Amino acid sequence: MLRLDKVNKYYRVGTHSLHALRDVDIEIADGEFVAIMGASGSGKSTLLNILGILDDYDSGEYRLGDTLIRNLSERKAANYRNRFIGFVFQSFNLLPFKTALENIALPLYYQGVTRRKRNQIAAQYLERVGLRDWADHTPSEMSGGQKQRVAIARALISKPRLILADEPTGALDSETSRQIMDLLSEINAAGITILVVTHDSEVAARTRRMIRLKDGLVVSPHDAGASHPQLARQPQTAAES
Amino acid sequence: MFSLDRWMEVFDTIRRNKLRTALTAISVAWGIFLLVVLLGLGNGLNNGLRYTFRREATNGIWITANKTSLAHSGYDVGRRLVFDNRDYDRARDVQGIDHISSQYFIRGGQFGGGEMLTRRGTKAGLFQINAVRPETIYLVQNEIIAGRFLNESDLADKRKSVVVGRPVVDYLFAPSEPPIGQWIIVAGVPFEIVGVFTDPMGDEQARQLYIPLSTAQIAFHGVDHINSLSFTVGDANAQQAKAITDQVIAGLAERHKFSPDDKQAVRVHNNVEAYERFSKIFLIISIFVVFIGCITLLAGVVGISNIMMIAVKERTKEIGVRKALGATPASIILMITQEAVFLTSIAGLLGLAGGVALLAAIESAAVTEMIRNPAIHIGSGVAAAVFLILAGALAGFFPARAAARVNPIHTLRDE
Ligand SMILES: Nc1ncnc2c1ncn2[C@@H]1O[C@H](COP(=O)(O)OP(=O)(O)O)[C@@H](O)[C@H]1O
Ligand SMILES: [Mg+2]
Repeated sequence: MLRLDKVNKYYRVGTHSLHALRDVDIEIADGEFVAIMGASGSGKSTLLNILGILDDYDSGEYRLGDTLIRNLSERKAANYRNRFIGFVFQSFNLLPFKTALENIALPLYYQGVTRRKRNQIAAQYLERVGLRDWADHTPSEMSGGQKQRVAIARALISKPRLILADEPTGALDSETSRQIMDLLSEINAAGITILVVTHDSEVAARTRRMIRLKDGLVVSPHDAGASHPQLARQPQTAAES
Repeated sequence: MFSLDRWMEVFDTIRRNKLRTALTAISVAWGIFLLVVLLGLGNGLNNGLRYTFRREATNGIWITANKTSLAHSGYDVGRRLVFDNRDYDRARDVQGIDHISSQYFIRGGQFGGGEMLTRRGTKAGLFQINAVRPETIYLVQNEIIAGRFLNESDLADKRKSVVVGRPVVDYLFAPSEPPIGQWIIVAGVPFEIVGVFTDPMGDEQARQLYIPLSTAQIAFHGVDHINSLSFTVGDANAQQAKAITDQVIAGLAERHKFSPDDKQAVRVHNNVEAYERFSKIFLIISIFVVFIGCITLLAGVVGISNIMMIAVKERTKEIGVRKALGATPASIILMITQEAVFLTSIAGLLGLAGGVALLAAIESAAVTEMIRNPAIHIGSGVAAAVFLILAGALAGFFPARAAARVNPIHTLRDE
């Protein structure tokens, strides 16, 4: 499905350079359900942004399927995002002035699907996430769990092979979190590869594999610090010499 | 690159972001509205000025004999002055005069004599009669619509020729009768109609007759008397026109023994001076209007750019989301620019319509004589609208391009 070889990412902050990902090697097969864990600032979002072609990396190789993802034009990147990847964010990122149905249909707009057709398809996905009666409501009229369902439906509508979720339950209570994880499990069971960034070990427990990050490094699951998330909560300075 | 779907997306966005839409639209509409009203009023002033002068040559000067008010050469004050043909001959030699005419006031009235009974068959009416030289045609703005004006032969042969206003013809003749060559009785004397004229001031001002000065002097006991001299001064400016006038008056004063400084002895009506004064005022107003217009346009452009910039800034999150979902930078730029152009076009049109409506209201309310037909040239209206639409497009384009370049991760961050 995807493969990272010795990927490094630096952020330039003023005169300093921050080494956000260090020689990251990751391979994920089709249909996996993976949790990415680590302390705040350990590079989880950075990793996810690179996987989602929202950001570039500085060295190494990232292959999505058979395609080497490097120095893509904005247009190509947009096209790959649109066709292969679905995003779910902690803060939902729905367009406030659009209804649930229109939010879900948006990726198809950028595929050139006609309005009638994409609204039809969006209605199916709305039903699939259990919000059939909420089609005409705007995000401000919905609860956090409902909004995240809309966001998941929107991520699914372009039939992506990969869903990247950055703390999808971070803004939700535990019961709602459980329901969202149920939904993601269901989607994974249908064959879609899912990567979930999370702090929550309960969420991580719902996945089938765990990748731990610490200061931009992938650490093995049986690393002493990693098994105690509290210990990993240290001031995060991954300064590069 | 027309895409109905993109237009739908644009309409949707406009419709669902009412405050932003209203602010942008109002600023554009207001700019165009002000501009149209200003330019319209400017044109109205111009037209008003032209209207004021349209009856007479703008380079015409009239000198009319009156009553002395200063004792001079042993004469007491209050002497009534009358000029004669010699004065005309002398004045004709003054440098700078283009065309010169003289008039005899048959019944001594102030502005060319009173009205007289004009009769044809059983029909009769009172019309003003002017005894003039052929050159008078250069001093009035009458248009000859049939036949001709008086000519030198009429004058030399003291012919009984008359040029009549169209209302006079309408009054004396049936619609089917051609008036040229017909005879009418003017103050008891038969005259042959040689021409018909109209007046730009309207029919009321054309209820007049012109007959040769020489004929009138004989027929109405005028001897060689004249009551006024009138002449044009080419393209002389106000100062030159004044000098010419003073010279003519000096000649008259010399012959008729009145003081050249006597302001009452002759009445002077100097269009050059008046026109130049008005022209100056108008020029200042025009410059002012153009200046205000430019400032208004500039303010409009700045306002639009500001609003667009704020609008785009407000939308960075939306743009980030759209990009994450597969929007290309080009599609973002196109969407925002299209929205900007659409908004400014509609708003510009509304402003244009509003401005034109106000101008029409001003015209129909006839607020003042100074403003006439305050309309804008369709060209300047369209030019201003196109300019603002272009400004709207650019104002949308640049921030849109900047926003489309921003990496969505910056706007999608949860922190
Ligand atoms: N755009 C950026 N510019 C500079 N530094 C950044 C940027 N994004 C993230 N960082 C830094 O990179 C490190 C990793 O960040 P991030 O990937 O967001 O961590 P996580 O998602 O695990 O909390 C942090 O130290 C963070 O401050
Ligand atoms: Mg993060």
